[in-house]
Amino acid sequence: MNTNRRGFLKIAATAGVAAVAGPSDARAAPVRRISDDWLGMLTDISLCIGCRKCEWACRKANELGPPDEPIQDYEDMSVFKHHRRTDAKNYTVVNRYPPATPGGNPVDVKKQCMHCNEPACASACLVAAFRKTPEAPVIYNESVCIGCRYCMVACPFTIPAYSYDDPFTPAIKKCTMCFDRISKEGGIPACAEICPEGAISFGKRKDLIALARDKMRDKPGRYVDHIYGEHEVGGTCWLYISPKPFAELGFPELDTIPRPALTKTFLSAVPLVLIAWPALLMGAHAFTRRQEELGKDDKAKHSEKD
Amino acid sequence: MAECSGRPTTWKAWLAGKWYMDQAPGDYWRAVFTSPFNIITGIIICVGLVLTVVRFTQGLEATTNLTNDYPWGLWIGFDVLCGVALAAGGFVIGSAVHLFGMHRYHSLVRPAILTGFLGYFFVVVGLCFDLGRPWRLPYPMGAGYVVTGSNSFGVTSVMFLVGWHVAVYLTVQFLEFCPAVFEWLDRKTLRKWAIRITIGATVFGVILSTLHQSALGALFLLAEGKVHPLWYSPFIPVFFFISAVVGGLSMVIFESMLSHRVFHSQVAHHDPAEADRLVIGLGKAASVLLFTYFCLKWIGVADGQHWDLLNTPYGYWFLVEMFGFVLLPCLLYALGVRRQSASLVRFTSVLTVLGIVLNRLNVSIITFQWNLEDRYFPRWTEFAITVFVVTLGLWTFRFMVNRMPVLYDHPDYPPEH
Ligand code: SF4
Ligand code: SF4
Ligand code: SF4
Repeated sequence: MNTNRRGFLKIAATAGVAAVAGPSDARAAPVRRISDDWLGMLTDISLCIGCRKCEWACRKANELGPPDEPIQDYEDMSVFKHHRRTDAKNYTVVNRYPPATPGGNPVDVKKQCMHCNEPACASACLVAAFRKTPEAPVIYNESVCIGCRYCMVACPFTIPAYSYDDPFTPAIKKCTMCFDRISKEGGIPACAEICPEGAISFGKRKDLIALARDKMRDKPGRYVDHIYGEHEVGGTCWLYISPKPFAELGFPELDTIPRPALTKTFLSAVPLVLIAWPALLMGAHAFTRRQEELGKDDKAKHSEKD
Repeated sequence: MAECSGRPTTWKAWLAGKWYMDQAPGDYWRAVFTSPFNIITGIIICVGLVLTVVRFTQGLEATTNLTNDYPWGLWIGFDVLCGVALAAGGFVIGSAVHLFGMHRYHSLVRPAILTGFLGYFFVVVGLCFDLGRPWRLPYPMGAGYVVTGSNSFGVTSVMFLVGWHVAVYLTVQFLEFCPAVFEWLDRKTLRKWAIRITIGATVFGVILSTLHQSALGALFLLAEGKVHPLWYSPFIPVFFFISAVVGGLSMVIFESMLSHRVFHSQVAHHDPAEADRLVIGLGKAASVLLFTYFCLKWIGVADGQHWDLLNTPYGYWFLVEMFGFVLLPCLLYALGVRRQSASLVRFTSVLTVLGIVLNRLNVSIITFQWNLEDRYFPRWTEFAITVFVVTLGLWTFRFMVNRMPVLYDHPDYPPEH
């Protein structure tokens, strides 16, 4: 809570001018009400075996690879030598980390867009290409994107990727929570559907948090006491529970302030500048004009005397 | 420059007077093609043109080292961020003279506004290389809605603010420069109208500049955790604004030095002693501002409680920037003012400009994603395009300065305040 307050004070201090704009700071901080109807995903890291089938299913569902890509290709475990990130051809990747306890199984972590409650990408985009849908997935509208890539700079999880190799129609690429599939009756995301271990659950965010708590209660000692995404950057709709501290699994350590709040104070100071500056400047101008006229009069008088 | 007066009647006469500056076309072109400066810059421009074709037919991957972790490279870090900061001289000098009545800086207004206008113009040119789909540049201005029917107003975005402001400010600066163009073309009535809007345009320009110079810093507010904590601060909009004012002033000093060397025929009738006095006056302002900036930067460090980070490699680098490129120029400017040494002030302006460039690169590239092992380094083609764009800017500047009343007062049009 303490860090929270400090963070808030920090934001409130932004832009110098904002000091005067007290009331707007109050508006800047609170989280948008989280909807109980929001959908979400829960990844139970302790169940993931690193089979990479979700990677295959995701590429197929989103038509990112060749249409008849064999699933056997994904049995190649050499990819685990390096930690990978999402890119234009892979909306999700699994990375391998050392076991939680010596001699245990390695810990495998699936990574994709977190579908933030208050997405930084959406607040950053100057053409509103990103949208938090009422259902929860954060989706992207390629038809308006100008390709400034500010969303990539802004995302606290560094998820959005760009198809740099495409000269004429480059676009942002990221997980959609399989928006098209889940919009259909009974549809579930491709990665959740294929997972042989049941490591990925799909449902209402509220229910998934309850599920996570149940799991933690039923198997004491199996998980660290943290649902990643419950509060990070104001909460995300993709949640994780894990046998190992998240900081050791490549998860960024983030506070609970929704990212859009970081720029809101600055933006709310804008009208202030728009109103105060012209008045001040015109005032200064009028003042110097008057001074000059007085000066001229004086000179004129002097020269008359001479 | 008296030849400029009188409106030519035929287009041939127009060309002879306005383009060839009353030289014989043959002589003119011979001079153009044999000057060593033109040959070198000509080669740069030819290479740039070829690379432009490559960029727009093969894409960003073929021409840049950008990655998903480093979405912004040299074209944003230098062409856009440094370009805008260093073009701030236009609004700084414009407001000093037109709003605060510092008329002795009058002779600097036009070159500063021309640099500002061209600076912004070529920032946009540079930006077009970087944008994935530059032909959609007008989308945030409403064209996106017209073309696609979907909402394209990103009103929550600082980038939206920057986009609008740069577009509007470009127009304002054009209007501010219009009197010079109309004097060149001998359009008396038009010029009168253009002069009338000067004060309004200046006020508007100051507002726009205050907002977008700081907004460029505010862009990075969202990159908390990516920009190194020593450079990341909630005050970053203020840092960007103040340093841009210093950068603008320093560019004006630097540029007046170049102009006096390169275009001496145009400024010859100016009194060198007066020029020195002006430069020293600007140096004084820059020194005070740099000192304020220096203190504010430390307040930023204190606010984030990042003292421990100073004893790390990035910390040393931060100290280099702070002492070598902020405090040192601040002291040198002060010394220059004290000793009334215009040449020291001029030298310091170069150091200051380098410091501003270093700061922008530190924020956007050098310390960006500081905890990743893979680093971004621009590809040669990125450097080449940047040099190409800067060269285009120089050519345009020279073309206009040689023809329009920028560095001197047009004999037929006495300055008005
Ligand atoms: S994780 Fe990144 S891309 Fe996904 S919604 Fe959040 S900010 Fe946007
Ligand atoms: S790259 Fe596209 S989606 Fe991302 S911020 Fe820019 S315009 Fe918006
Ligand atoms: S939800 Fe869909 S798009 Fe997202 S990672 Fe899973 S399969 Fe891929």
